[in-house]
Amino acid sequence: MDNWVKKIRKRTNLVAGTIVFLIIVFVAVFAPYLAPTHPWDDADLMISELPPSGEYLFGTDSKGRDILSRVIYGSRISLSVGVISQLINSVIGIVFGLTAGYFGRLWDDIVVAVANIMLSIPSLIFALAVMALLGPGLINVFIALGLTNWAYTCRITRSQVLGTKNQNYVKAAKAMGFGRCRVMFLHILPNIFGPILVMASLGMADAILMEASLSFLGLGTQPPVPSWGGMLAGAREQLFTAPWLSIFPGLAIFITVLGLNLLGDGLRDLLDPHMSETK
Amino acid sequence: MISYVLRRLIQFVPTIFGVTLIVFFLLNVLPGNAAMMAGGKNRIPPAAQKLMIKKWGLDQPVYARYFKYIKGLCTADLGTSFISGERVTDVLAPRLWPTFKLAVIALAIACVTGIPLGFYSALRQGTAMDTVTMIGAVSGVSMPQFWLGLLLMYFFSVYLKILPTVGYGNGDPKFIILPAITLGVGYMALLARTTRAAVVETLSQDYIRTARSKGISDLLINRRHVLRNTLTIILTSAGLQFGSLLGGTVVVETLFSWPGLGTMMVNSIYYRDTPITQGCVMIIIVGFLVINLLVDLSYALIDPRIKYQ
Repeated sequence: MDNWVKKIRKRTNLVAGTIVFLIIVFVAVFAPYLAPTHPWDDADLMISELPPSGEYLFGTDSKGRDILSRVIYGSRISLSVGVISQLINSVIGIVFGLTAGYFGRLWDDIVVAVANIMLSIPSLIFALAVMALLGPGLINVFIALGLTNWAYTCRITRSQVLGTKNQNYVKAAKAMGFGRCRVMFLHILPNIFGPILVMASLGMADAILMEASLSFLGLGTQPPVPSWGGMLAGAREQLFTAPWLSIFPGLAIFITVLGLNLLGDGLRDLLDPHMSETK
Repeated sequence: MISYVLRRLIQFVPTIFGVTLIVFFLLNVLPGNAAMMAGGKNRIPPAAQKLMIKKWGLDQPVYARYFKYIKGLCTADLGTSFISGERVTDVLAPRLWPTFKLAVIALAIACVTGIPLGFYSALRQGTAMDTVTMIGAVSGVSMPQFWLGLLLMYFFSVYLKILPTVGYGNGDPKFIILPAITLGVGYMALLARTTRAAVVETLSQDYIRTARSKGISDLLINRRHVLRNTLTIILTSAGLQFGSLLGGTVVVETLFSWPGLGTMMVNSIYYRDTPITQGCVMIIIVGFLVINLLVDLSYALIDPRIKYQ
């Protein structure tokens, strides 16, 4: 136990990433208590486009809403997109990767082929195509991003299974007559969970970035729900008159994604120093 | 060599086929949807809808339409736009060059800066410069492109007033600087991270230690042994991650009102013009696949061992 504490302390990445992540979770959970005003009900055109001041720390937007409150509430959207869509990604990836690696044969060939095709479609382009099918909206963003990046998890799970399925503990479990599902999910999965966790952390960062992009393009979360990407959608037109509109939502995305990337990097260094830097 | 190239070309075909399958069914799975939704918020009267369904052949089953689409693809026919009735190829052709130019310049910026930075960082592992470079790289990866673009736009166009804000400017090179940098930064950061990891890995190999023990100078080791052996790894992941740059064109083009495929794709999604969306998606994916094909083929030049496998 002491050894672990020492190991973690040396990892600045991991510590910094964890702290940022916990802060975002805290802000998202306690948003109603932290935000000075309601993120969209308190629109007041009399106070539109006020620069940052003591009263409105981040200024106000073109509809007179407090940007600080909207940034605080925006954390809920980003965090939920990160968690939910990455959860979908992980479940799909784990199920396909585990079964493909474990059963092999035709099923393996099919899964590998589909995963390779998925990997040959740029993620944002695929997500846009799914959004084109489903139409805009937060729930659709969950689905679109949940279906987008599973191939990474699938590939890494499969390669891990191939490396472990002939080890003695798996053979022992089989010899004891345990069913396939039990061997796969209770014996193999816990032993290969490290790399999957790393992928999940990096995947969350990716999902948050993609939701922001979709909302920026007007195809993701719809107004008046305050999504960080959506808040920047109209900011370009006000760059001359109200540049602060462009700063804070983007900064929030940047810090959140940076935190998750650091967390992923740190986890990777901690769990497996030999794992390659690339996805 | 020839057999390697041939084998790789043959592998290319099923991938393209699989991609068309996924993209087509994704965009066409809901029958009649297109007619109902065409025109975005302006709903089309039911009688006209029926006519449109008939005209575009949307009453046929999905697989029949898929075969028709594939048949068209073989003769470079991507269908006709739901909105304007023009041929998709005619609509998209003038959009190709701006996107291609933007992507290539962004790629060049990223390669010229990202790879040397990664090398530098790896050769000076653990120093302050290494740490600074890697913090910069992880920041670059985490930066939302539209935000970076807005900040650059504010600094260079609004504050310093030395570069134009948005638009294409009829090909004036001044207009491409900001979009290209915006698009290139994330990819540059990815390349720097990948390069550093690959070089660090190579430096720990036995043959490097052998070369050192023979008294070969660091410069020669870096050039002959490290560079050659890492180049294939760098190229592979550069090719695989090129998709993120291509995806980024959609965001960057929209931000800078760049008249390329990306803006076209976003607009076609607003207007539910499925054939156009499909055309943009297919062109971008084929571009990505071709880049990876070229990367694979270039191995044969960089790494002679591949020829004999």
